[in-house]
Amino acid sequence: MKSLVKEFTKGIIKENPTFVLVLGLCPTLAVSVTVVNGIGMGIAATFVLLGSSLIVSLIREFIPSKIRIPCYIVIIATFVTIAELCMKAYSPALDRSLGIYVPLIVVNCMVLGRAEAFACKNNLARSFFDGLGMGAGFTLALILISGIREFLGSGQILGHTLIKGFEPIFVFGMPSGALLVIGLLLGFFNFLKNRKA
Amino acid sequence: MKSNLIVSGSPHIHNKESVPRIMWTVVLSLIPAAVAGVIIFGWDALWVTLVATVAAVLTEWICGLLTKKKVTISDGSAVITGILLAYNLPSNVPLWLPIIGAVFSIAIGKQIFGGLGQNIFNPALVGRVFLMASWPKYMTTFAKPFNYDAITSATPLAILKEGKILEHISYWDLFLGKHGGCIGEVCILALLIGAAILLIKGYISWHIPASFILTTAGFTYIFAGVQLFHGDWLFHILSGGLILGAFFMATDYVATPLTAKGQLIFGVGCGLFTAIIRIWGGYPEGVSYAILMMNATTPFIDRYTKNKIYGTK
Repeated sequence: MKSLVKEFTKGIIKENPTFVLVLGLCPTLAVSVTVVNGIGMGIAATFVLLGSSLIVSLIREFIPSKIRIPCYIVIIATFVTIAELCMKAYSPALDRSLGIYVPLIVVNCMVLGRAEAFACKNNLARSFFDGLGMGAGFTLALILISGIREFLGSGQILGHTLIKGFEPIFVFGMPSGALLVIGLLLGFFNFLKNRKA
Repeated sequence: MKSNLIVSGSPHIHNKESVPRIMWTVVLSLIPAAVAGVIIFGWDALWVTLVATVAAVLTEWICGLLTKKKVTISDGSAVITGILLAYNLPSNVPLWLPIIGAVFSIAIGKQIFGGLGQNIFNPALVGRVFLMASWPKYMTTFAKPFNYDAITSATPLAILKEGKILEHISYWDLFLGKHGGCIGEVCILALLIGAAILLIKGYISWHIPASFILTTAGFTYIFAGVQLFHGDWLFHILSGGLILGAFFMATDYVATPLTAKGQLIFGVGCGLFTAIIRIWGGYPEGVSYAILMMNATTPFIDRYTKNKIYGTK
């Protein structure tokens, strides 16, 4: 039981997919304009990660190692399609604002990376908690980045204006702002890590 | 007893030049443009320049304290960054704008890379582009020259960009700076005085400014007119930030190529990008983007224009 908790928590801090493994940066850069987008993307990716980790872990004995990557992609694509159709049906506004980046979860290297590096070598329960932890880490990172960007870029959080008279810094709403925020946060977390060591 | 015999590697002959000496001379050479800016735009121009400079120096100091490195404010490089940043701002901006720009220039543009000598981009331009992308409405409203109220006017390049016919503005007015624009870029005469000081002292070479300005002139002569070879090249030299950029920002020691050949390539690239942005781009002025883009190519240029060691193939 204790090891399962560990599989879950490692994804949030020690092996955070965004800030430590530096995986899945494309959706992170692209959709982190607003917190709502960040949460939506995080939940969709977590769902796909969970589903693909489970299935890959279940059938890991049957997948020939030579064609394992195409097999993973088929499994991942299945869950991405489910996520995309659900999002289109129940939250069309979110689907419109995330756009192409929902189908692009298929090629998110974080999802494929966990299937290749973890789920194909571990049992069902461990894979499930690993996927959950990674998804949570990804979602939290997205919320942090999109929170900073939404506040600085438009002066709002979740659509609520926080400080009156704050002149929004437009650049943080643009792609260059995403690179800036992620770069500075990466530097900051590395700084913390180095200081601890 | 301490030995008087010092054994050291070559070069053994030194002159009195040092980084602080060069930097403070550059500061001196920038003063004529500040005087012109104050005459043209009033005391606002002075306040913006002072605020930006003080903010840049303070940021440099704080960064030095935080990183526990030697505090390097006395070498004058932060002062230059502050002044150059202010020269790229309109005189009527709110005073928090130069502060944020200067902090960004020094902290993100310079100190994050490791301080003077390590920055890959010109820090002042990094700050300027950051402000331009963040608060375009403040960065593109300019005070009218010799009219110290809040009347705004567009730069000649912006008027041209909007497709309006330029009301007659003489080359002489452009040369003296009697038009809307940023604090330090309008008065070509003052900038040329400063540039002459640097050229005579040998602190900058002619390669980058000459190739930069000539390329812009040639390209706008060919393509900026109603038909080919009818462009108003003199207008394009005298308006916007071309002179300021070519002499004071594209010649930054750190972010530009080392060899003469490399500097010529750098200048031609700057001129090309400037002309392309001015003629077909979304912005009226492209000098700062052109210099930043070419800054990014500097390591590449340096690699392919390395001087050959005599005797090798």
